[in-house]
Amino acid sequence: MSSYLRNIKDTCVTVFEGLAVTFSHFVRRPSTVQYPDRTALRVQDTLPFRYRGILEVDLEICTGCLACERACPIDCIVIDVTKDQETKEMVMTRFDIDMAKCMYCGLCSEPCPTGAIHHTPEFEGADYSLESLVRRFVKDPVKTYKPKKGPEPDPHVAVLLERGLRYVDEFAAPETKKPTGTKAA
Amino acid sequence: LNILQYAADLLVRSLFKADPASWPYTWIAYAVVIGVAAFIAFAFVAIFAGPVSWIERRIAGRIQSRIGPNRTGPQGILQWLADGIKCWLKEDLVPASADKPLFLAAPYLVFTGMFGAFVVLPFGAHVVAADLNVGLLYLLAITSLVVVGVLMAGWASNNKWSLMGGIRAAAQIVSYEIPAGLSVMPIVLITGTLSIQGVIARQGWAPTDWFLFNNPFTFVAFFTFFTAALAEGNRTPFDLPEADTELVAGYVTEYTGVRYLMFFFAEWGNLYVIGALVTTLFLGGWQIPPLTSNPVLTAILQFLTFFVKSYFWALVAMWIRATLPRVRVDQLMAICWKYLVPIAFVNLLGAAAWVALVPAGSRVVQYAMTALGAALILLFMQRVAFHLRRARVRERGDIYLSPLV
Repeated sequence: MSSYLRNIKDTCVTVFEGLAVTFSHFVRRPSTVQYPDRTALRVQDTLPFRYRGILEVDLEICTGCLACERACPIDCIVIDVTKDQETKEMVMTRFDIDMAKCMYCGLCSEPCPTGAIHHTPEFEGADYSLESLVRRFVKDPVKTYKPKKGPEPDPHVAVLLERGLRYVDEFAAPETKKPTGTKAA
Repeated sequence: LNILQYAADLLVRSLFKADPASWPYTWIAYAVVIGVAAFIAFAFVAIFAGPVSWIERRIAGRIQSRIGPNRTGPQGILQWLADGIKCWLKEDLVPASADKPLFLAAPYLVFTGMFGAFVVLPFGAHVVAADLNVGLLYLLAITSLVVVGVLMAGWASNNKWSLMGGIRAAAQIVSYEIPAGLSVMPIVLITGTLSIQGVIARQGWAPTDWFLFNNPFTFVAFFTFFTAALAEGNRTPFDLPEADTELVAGYVTEYTGVRYLMFFFAEWGNLYVIGALVTTLFLGGWQIPPLTSNPVLTAILQFLTFFVKSYFWALVAMWIRATLPRVRVDQLMAICWKYLVPIAFVNLLGAAAWVALVPAGSRVVQYAMTALGAALILLFMQRVAFHLRRARVRERGDIYLSPLV
């Protein structure tokens, strides 16, 4: 009998309390992010620097070392580098990343000496064909980047390089903070 | 004076220049007026049940820190139309092994069971289809028609989930009719009438004159009645017949398109019936303070009063739905037979004793019960404030009272 009455009391008290809890939620701000069109900022702009989105390559600072191609466990990166017979300079004729194969492991951007290959916060990759997911970065053959002694003279490249090295620092080995500037520049 | 009779008599007098009492075709005028009234009531249910589906989703969303539908039209207000049109455009599938006539008829029976309640549900002192002298009995009886429809749907679908859902629904509705009936009885004891308008006429506009606060027994009867009404209307936490985690969709599993819509039309219409019943029996119905002698204005005010009170209880049902988890089948039956029925029965005995001892009622008790109700509301607000404080909502600027998102 006492448990019977206790059940009735518990039911009344818990329902009362439960309704109070849900009512307190009723007057709170909803936490829904209304992606994609009703956000204060683009969602891409709110993501952290180290977010592993779609890969991108800054050809201006790519040394053509093929470290990323070798690191890729599923061979989604293909790079062709040849030596220009006239100028004796290394020229990249192809830098393709198949984003349909890419599994966003980040192993390619870890060994990159300049941070040329890096993940972007972009994640919207929907497209109408698999073929168009292959990102071809080299339109015309480009010369590979050679690390300079001293500061980078070209201001445009300097900005990219600074960003790339910061990326490598934070991405590849954020635990063991190596002093910047030892690899290049 | 009944508004339908008045309208029919007026029609005969003005259009045919005949005396309605002696004219042989008066019944035709009556039939026309009843048809029009049925159409108006149908439109009322449709206009209630449609948007309420959107409002329910918005409220449940806000309670769960979500937004709910807000894309179709301004703030998603046209979502119900979009859903309805979508259902109309769907193919009306009948499973090959289903019992076709029963399968096709079941949704309409469920809907009729709900819609039949509108015969006696008042919208004002004179605005009611029929003030039956057995109104309450009629209401309890006609809403049981839903059981037949639900069982038919479950059986005719020839699907084990549907059948289980149908049988659960039937068991549930039949069981919960007993506490519902027993909770209505204290009111009948006080008023001595089964007429809905009679019950409302015995109450006043002030909360102290409501039957909710009439004496401790009607106060308890209110809670048992509301719980039983929720269970009869298949509302959460008693929505076992449609328990989607275990029964797919219960007895509506095999339904598509318009027939599927009819079930939900009936469910949301039933929400209004629950609210209207609670309002009628316990909250003074359409009673308003004597503000105006203009009959049209009075009718409008009475309708608004009744509608707002009914809608409030529909909102409470949504709120409960967003709060309480679904009970198990055995718990469902235990709540009914081991708790609600004995409580309602003891309560009925108490109410009978009360009516025998204090036939005229006691003003002191009415004021005391109203004070108790006010104290409960204050306690509730204090608990809400406690939960808001504990979550440090104000410091984080998370109070958001606007319904627009």
